[in-house]
Amino acid sequence: MATATATNTNKSVLWDWLTTVDHKKLSVLYLIAGALFFLKAGAMAIFMRIQLMSPENTFLSGQTFNEFVTMHGTIMLFLAVTPLIFAFMNFVIPLQIGARDVAFPFVNALGFWIFFFGGLLVSVSWFFGGAPDAGWTAYVPLSGGEYGDLGLDFYVLGLQVSGLGTLVSAINFIVTIINMRAPGMTMMRLPLFCWTSLITSILIVFAFTPLAAGLALLMLDRIFGGQFFNPGSGGNPVLWQHIFWIFGHPEVYILVLPAFGIISEVIPAFSKKRLFGYTAMVFATLIIAFLSFMVWVHHMFTVGIGPITNSVFAIATMAIGVPTGIKIFNWLFTMWGGKLIFNTAMLCASSFVPTFVLGGVTGVMLAMVPVDYLYHDTYFVVAHFHYIVVGGIALGLLAGTFYWYPKMFGHMLNEKLGQLMFWMFYVGFHMTFFIQHILGLIGMPRRVFTYLDGQGMGTMNLVSSIGAFMMGAAMVVLLINVVYSAYTSKRITVRDPWDARTLEWATTTPVPEYNFAQTPQVRSLDPWFYEKVHGDGTMKPAEPMDEIHMPNGSILPFCIGLGLFVWGFGMIMMQMENPLIPEWIVIGAGVIVTFGSMMLHSIHEDHGYHIPLDKIKKTEKEVS
Amino acid sequence: MSDSVDVSKGLPPNPEKATLEGKNKFLGFWVFLGGETIMFATFFGTFLGLRDGTAGGPTASELFSLPLVFIMTMLLLTSSLTSVLAMYSMKKNNFRNMMILTVVTVILGFAFLGFEIYEFYEYVHHGGLGFTTSAFGSSFYSLVGLHGAHVTFGLFWFITLMLRYSRTGITLTNAPKFYLASLYWHFIDVVWVFIFTVVYLMAIGGA
Repeated sequence: MATATATNTNKSVLWDWLTTVDHKKLSVLYLIAGALFFLKAGAMAIFMRIQLMSPENTFLSGQTFNEFVTMHGTIMLFLAVTPLIFAFMNFVIPLQIGARDVAFPFVNALGFWIFFFGGLLVSVSWFFGGAPDAGWTAYVPLSGGEYGDLGLDFYVLGLQVSGLGTLVSAINFIVTIINMRAPGMTMMRLPLFCWTSLITSILIVFAFTPLAAGLALLMLDRIFGGQFFNPGSGGNPVLWQHIFWIFGHPEVYILVLPAFGIISEVIPAFSKKRLFGYTAMVFATLIIAFLSFMVWVHHMFTVGIGPITNSVFAIATMAIGVPTGIKIFNWLFTMWGGKLIFNTAMLCASSFVPTFVLGGVTGVMLAMVPVDYLYHDTYFVVAHFHYIVVGGIALGLLAGTFYWYPKMFGHMLNEKLGQLMFWMFYVGFHMTFFIQHILGLIGMPRRVFTYLDGQGMGTMNLVSSIGAFMMGAAMVVLLINVVYSAYTSKRITVRDPWDARTLEWATTTPVPEYNFAQTPQVRSLDPWFYEKVHGDGTMKPAEPMDEIHMPNGSILPFCIGLGLFVWGFGMIMMQMENPLIPEWIVIGAGVIVTFGSMMLHSIHEDHGYHIPLDKIKKTEKEVS
Repeated sequence: MSDSVDVSKGLPPNPEKATLEGKNKFLGFWVFLGGETIMFATFFGTFLGLRDGTAGGPTASELFSLPLVFIMTMLLLTSSLTSVLAMYSMKKNNFRNMMILTVVTVILGFAFLGFEIYEFYEYVHHGGLGFTTSAFGSSFYSLVGLHGAHVTFGLFWFITLMLRYSRTGITLTNAPKFYLASLYWHFIDVVWVFIFTVVYLMAIGGA
């Protein structure tokens, strides 16, 4: 292949970040975008808790509350947690498998920008008559043309676009993990975070496509007069629920499995022991992924599908408790007898275990059909899934942040502020959500914007709100920590500040753009630990030092994302009363930009460039 | 990483998978097709759930005619065959044959698309089944229309590749591209076989 000259000279910072295809930079972009969406959705939660602090409060109107409920759920699941997980997957997977980059660096950037512009499309709904207000599940007919306003069009088109970004990223991760592993890195030596990321990516491929189909049906119903969900013309509203939950249930596992993976990296590192039951962990993950597609009707027990169907899905749901239990015990046995170090990362990771058990127990309670008729649509459900998504996923993400921060940014986060954040978050979390179980059991329905006095709900709601404020304050402490540590923390120059076990800690800090000057030879599970104990503390190279092939950056991913945004906005304009310009111009422009950019990428053969040998040697000398 | 392949003695036997990039594309595209399968499955499920929801409008057995669908099926199946043969030519490094067979594939694809447009036109203007008539109409047009959109995309993909590489011969860079387009075309063909069975045969056979 022709060697193009190095082109990465004299680029402005902005252009560099807009065109980057480096997985480490994209990881930072994901982290920033995800954190911003997280703050937005978290602020909405705080506002909702202020509204619910006292009976018959008038802080928010019912309409605003509905919009906040919808946007809080939608943003948290699609636009906050998903990109935060992708940030870690992007940064860690290539390093852990000993690769120079992901399989398709271009597609990696494409996934980010499509996701970002899709999220933007959902978010701009505030400026066009209000956000979607039909709940994150957008059940028809509430979300249909008759009752749903323009906000629902933003929901449908925005999620369609951002889902596409998530899908292409997932395909990229699957190929990366299967094809790009370093010599000796067999599947059963793969770090558990890579395993859970692989399974999550497979789940995305098989769960986001039904969502895309379902959103397309809803769009056709709303904008083009389709009759899918209109019983008057032979349609069926329950169909939406089926399609949504065939996506929606695996979605929970899509989010929680990488958190499991992070926990499975952090706990061994700070227990100074290898992960207990590695093989069992891998197979438990596989079983969870398989079962996750078999349980969607447990969200629909009260629809009236029939006792036999309900029983089958109830049993399948309870069965998920078994592989999850295997994981819980494996984490406990990993810590058992280990030299435990309770820093912030380990505090988050180890407290994840009991919290997640609580969420799992209420999950099995909800799986019992007869009592589900009582729990359904009460705060008991709200408490249950927040124990999974906050007590599970958020704690996992916090653990991952504190654990990988030194590798990503070259300095540690402040430990005192970190522990303060942890305790505020942890206490606040249980205050907010534990009491909501009881609120649900005494009959408080979810998604209501207020409740009457004298029903015994006032005090418990107040406690819940105070807990939420504590969690909010904890997030402020985390933000302060990020800024404070950036100025005061010592630069890290060693490879491995935690004395950890996996391959990402074998790279120099900061990680050079090519990750590994020589692809490492992997000789064991936990290869870095193996070399520290049995070798000379460095990875054996699997290839001679040579010039390194790198991909060129490209602005086309940004253009494709922008094109899809314009297209989606044009589709929404078809529903607007008086759009300023004809909508077909906007739609056409979006389609031309999107497909034109795709065609340009296909026509223009870009073979990348090679980093010359002397430059690599110079970089290696500088960092070590 | 050594993605350089010795081509001094001609192309390797499987040029589409000879480089790491080719291998990655090959696997990634199969995964993508897995996702596409699930998306089509959702549309199939929607159609099966709603096909009796005619709301007093025309029903499937009143509208469909087997001869037309038979011709369309034959056109698409033959185009799939020529696409396979084109890939055989590619593996034998016979560039000219590959291009001719791909052109035949594209022509057959356009013929299929023409019949489909004619079919839709007939149903709307003479059969009385519009997209908004009934849930059956919505689900029929969205399922078969989605397939038609895939055919259209596939045709433009083939044409772009043929124009771009009209003079280059088979290289290790374009072999994976032709191969993926061909895979995509087979996928469309397989989906059509299911549409033929589930939508047309089951309606006319009364299943």
